[in-house]
Amino acid sequence: MTVTQLTRRAVLGLIAAAGVAAPAVADVDLSGKTVEWVIPFSETGGSAKWANFFAPLLSEALPGQPTVVVKFMPGAGSTKGANWFQEQKHEDGTLLFGSSGSTQFPYLLDDPRVRYEYKDWSPVMASGTGGVAYLNAEDGAKFDGSANALQETDFIYGSQGATRLDLVPLLAWQMLGMNVEPVFGIKGRGDGRLMFERGEANIDYQTSSGYLKGSAEMVANGQAVAMMTWGALDEDSNIVRDPTFPDIPTFKEVCEATDGCETSGEAWDAWKAFFVAGFPVQKLAFLPAGTPQDVIDTYTKAFEAVVARDDFADISSKRVGKYKVFTGNGANAALGTATSVPDAAKVYVTNWLKEAYGVELK
Amino acid sequence: MEAFATALPALGEAWALILQPVVLGYLVLGVVMGLAVGVFPGLGGIAGLSLLLPFMFGMDPILGLALMIGMVAVVPTSDTFASVLMGIPGSSASQATVLDGFPMAKKGEAARALSAAFSSSLFGGLVGATFLTIFILVARPIVLAFGLPEMLMITILGLSMVAVLAGRIPLKGLAAAGLGIMIGTIGEADAGGSLRMASYDIPYLADGLKLVIVGLGIFAIPEIVSLLRQDRSIAKGASLGGGWLDGVKDWFANIWLSVRCSIIGVVVGIIPGLGGSVVDWIAYGHSVQTTKDKSNFGKGEVRGVIGPESSNNAKEGGGLVPTLLFGIPGSGSMAIFIGAVALLGSGDIEVGPGMLKNNLDITYSIVWLLALANVVGTILCIAASGGIAKLTTIRFTYLAPFLFMLISFAAFQSGQNFEDLLALFAIGLIGIFLRRFDWSRPAFLIGFVLSNPVEKFTNQAFQIASFRFRKSFDAGLEYVFSPIVIVLIIITMASVVLGIRQAKSIMAEGEVESGSKRAPLVFLLVILGYLTFALVNANSIPDYNMTDKIIPLVVGGFSLACCLILMVQMVRRPEGDSIFADKEVAGEDADAPYGLWSTLAWFAGLIVATWFVGFIIALVGFLITFFRVRAGAEWGKTLLLTAVGIGFMCLMAGALNRDFPPGLLQNAVALPWPLK
Repeated sequence: MTVTQLTRRAVLGLIAAAGVAAPAVADVDLSGKTVEWVIPFSETGGSAKWANFFAPLLSEALPGQPTVVVKFMPGAGSTKGANWFQEQKHEDGTLLFGSSGSTQFPYLLDDPRVRYEYKDWSPVMASGTGGVAYLNAEDGAKFDGSANALQETDFIYGSQGATRLDLVPLLAWQMLGMNVEPVFGIKGRGDGRLMFERGEANIDYQTSSGYLKGSAEMVANGQAVAMMTWGALDEDSNIVRDPTFPDIPTFKEVCEATDGCETSGEAWDAWKAFFVAGFPVQKLAFLPAGTPQDVIDTYTKAFEAVVARDDFADISSKRVGKYKVFTGNGANAALGTATSVPDAAKVYVTNWLKEAYGVELK
Repeated sequence: MEAFATALPALGEAWALILQPVVLGYLVLGVVMGLAVGVFPGLGGIAGLSLLLPFMFGMDPILGLALMIGMVAVVPTSDTFASVLMGIPGSSASQATVLDGFPMAKKGEAARALSAAFSSSLFGGLVGATFLTIFILVARPIVLAFGLPEMLMITILGLSMVAVLAGRIPLKGLAAAGLGIMIGTIGEADAGGSLRMASYDIPYLADGLKLVIVGLGIFAIPEIVSLLRQDRSIAKGASLGGGWLDGVKDWFANIWLSVRCSIIGVVVGIIPGLGGSVVDWIAYGHSVQTTKDKSNFGKGEVRGVIGPESSNNAKEGGGLVPTLLFGIPGSGSMAIFIGAVALLGSGDIEVGPGMLKNNLDITYSIVWLLALANVVGTILCIAASGGIAKLTTIRFTYLAPFLFMLISFAAFQSGQNFEDLLALFAIGLIGIFLRRFDWSRPAFLIGFVLSNPVEKFTNQAFQIASFRFRKSFDAGLEYVFSPIVIVLIIITMASVVLGIRQAKSIMAEGEVESGSKRAPLVFLLVILGYLTFALVNANSIPDYNMTDKIIPLVVGGFSLACCLILMVQMVRRPEGDSIFADKEVAGEDADAPYGLWSTLAWFAGLIVATWFVGFIIALVGFLITFFRVRAGAEWGKTLLLTAVGIGFMCLMAGALNRDFPPGLLQNAVALPWPLK
């Protein structure tokens, strides 16, 4: 049965590749072309997984069923690829670019390497994720929905760097008055989890998929205690419970319950701005500057068709997590929230990075 | 023990899955594709897997696994061709193989070296799989026992191999290793993000140098240039002695060495975060230490091939443990592998902690598919080795341009910057002079490879240790001196003591005559200058980023001290002392009909032309001119060879969906692939 399945797939693939099947619906026809989806990271990261998941689906949904290949252009913390994309002009609609929170943060923090401008590009799809922080069993016992009893404990945390997505958890813990010392220089959140499992670190956070894959079991076995999620955004940009983890309180709730932590004011605004840029709108797909509207519409339709697939909820939840995928106007709005951080928030975070970790971007 | 009760049925199910004709067919297909892709040094597994990814979506899991594993498994096998025949280390897994494999090829024993290497690979792969079948059930706590201090100690054990490979003047070896570490620290620091010997105006340097480029520059370029200058075939006298059967016999005669090195491979491979970078050096060091007559190492000792090759395929098996059990990839290709597994079937197989519980049959299938792929790949490679070994009898002038083509392409793929080619050239120059003045190139490379782990593990272990000591003194001691650390310290000390005693008899560069003071002294001064500059640079990093400056300061200071002592010795000793070793005084290089600079100019020409007109056009010009002028070939042969070279390049790059370095011309006008 597996063999026949495979044969059928192969035959379908051949037909699709030859451009025989499915007459083109839009004016734009990409049959026989190869769409390059450039990812400014290496083959091994989360963005690669994300693009590799969408690429075959997109290929099926685009008029003419072009081959969609994912190309990797890592370097300089993804700013190299983004700078390259800034130079590209629209040619025939066969170039797509994927950016991630790690591309958005340097842009927001005025990293000197950034020579790209998000506003020039046309977003066609955006997707997000969530994050969960958890504690080891011993310290977790002191957690009562507030961090009050945790303020005297020394925590150690395996971190990829204060200017990366780790900025969000580090700032959150700081706001809760917790004393978390980051051990910098790990290569991915998986390494952080391993450090936690070995008992070297006693606090950790994972993105949703990483948490489900590796950490949820520790929590279920009592080796770890879930502390909080970063939450999710509702229609009005309020932080609500993460739909993937409805039983875990959000940072907002924990902050409200904790003495000295406030869900308004400078620190809160800064945290929320960077949270939004890093999580609910973590990954975006762009067409280059100067792309005509009909091409944008074609891609928007294609991504809409991908999201509308009957099996999309099922296959996407396993591979990229069950978070909303924005297309069209939604993607535009998502880009807006992800890249417009108030100056006050920028200044606050820049100062905090310098004071707490001696990090200066220049 | 209940784990074992579930293991046997799962093992049976795994074999039932594997032994279907269609699965085996996919495995062989994967192996053949892997061998074809493996021709490119430093590209192998990652490029091949990325190529397969689009087909993985929804594919029957076992078929997809067979295809992918077939491809990944043979890369450490097939890159042996490049390292033995051409002296090009294809990946970190084949660096130590170059040390004795290439000298064997030069002696005309290429087929013997290859088949010994392949037999060892095969055996290592099988030992690895057998070991894993049982071990994977109990591996989790053991993997978790390896914390940062343990990993640091293993890295130091790897570094201690410098003692064995330091060469005739131990100080030179130490300085070379220190220089390697210092070159490895170039770029943005992992911990605090400070820039070392780099600036954001040159983004290329901020990312640091890639292993592929340093490996090619240090080992391949000096050998290619030297052979090209001598204008002969790789195998001296163009004769081939020692057939492939001899290699198999060699391996069988050293079967216990092969067993031990396989186990070293699996065990070190299991530790996440360390990967393969140290394994082959530890295996090589072990081979040296357990050989009675050490005089042949570096000159073509078959045990120097068997050791590292036994370990590097076994390591692939070991690397599956962190990948499958923790979802933490041990290498780049494993990372893609994890991503690809999620695309298979209905996406039910989730690599990670649940793997053993929910998919033990799949886990075993992966382990044994890997072993089986090794068998298939090795048989194909051994069958081919006799024929391919004939390459070493061709006049090298006809091979060299193709090698320049291959290594330039490989270097470009590592970062897709034009600067990759410049870096390759610059590192190549360092390699040429290290070789000329008998500074240990293996020591330099070990230093470079281990630079990042040393720095990372030192900083992190120090930070966590001080955190523990703040809690209580006992907690700190317990953390730093775990039983594993103590055992590793003992092994390391034994290895250093043994190594220092043996180092003098192991000459990685063969016999080198000594000459006048001037040239070696100038080279020393250049190194001294660089180290001083790097020290000043590291010292300018503000103190709150101590993590980013401490290793460059300590290692740089130490290397500087070595160099200063060397300088004093050079001034005081008479000319002709072994400290003034210089290949240009006597021997093959000195007698070569062509000069160093005129030979190197060809390579430089290719790079400069690429800057203007892009790689492919530059390559056409380079190949034609080279064959006409340097090789003196007639027009027919020249055009044919050029067409073959360009055709091969385009075919491979096209199939793998890779670009070529563009030049100024490409910036000005839009050209179609492959010219773009």
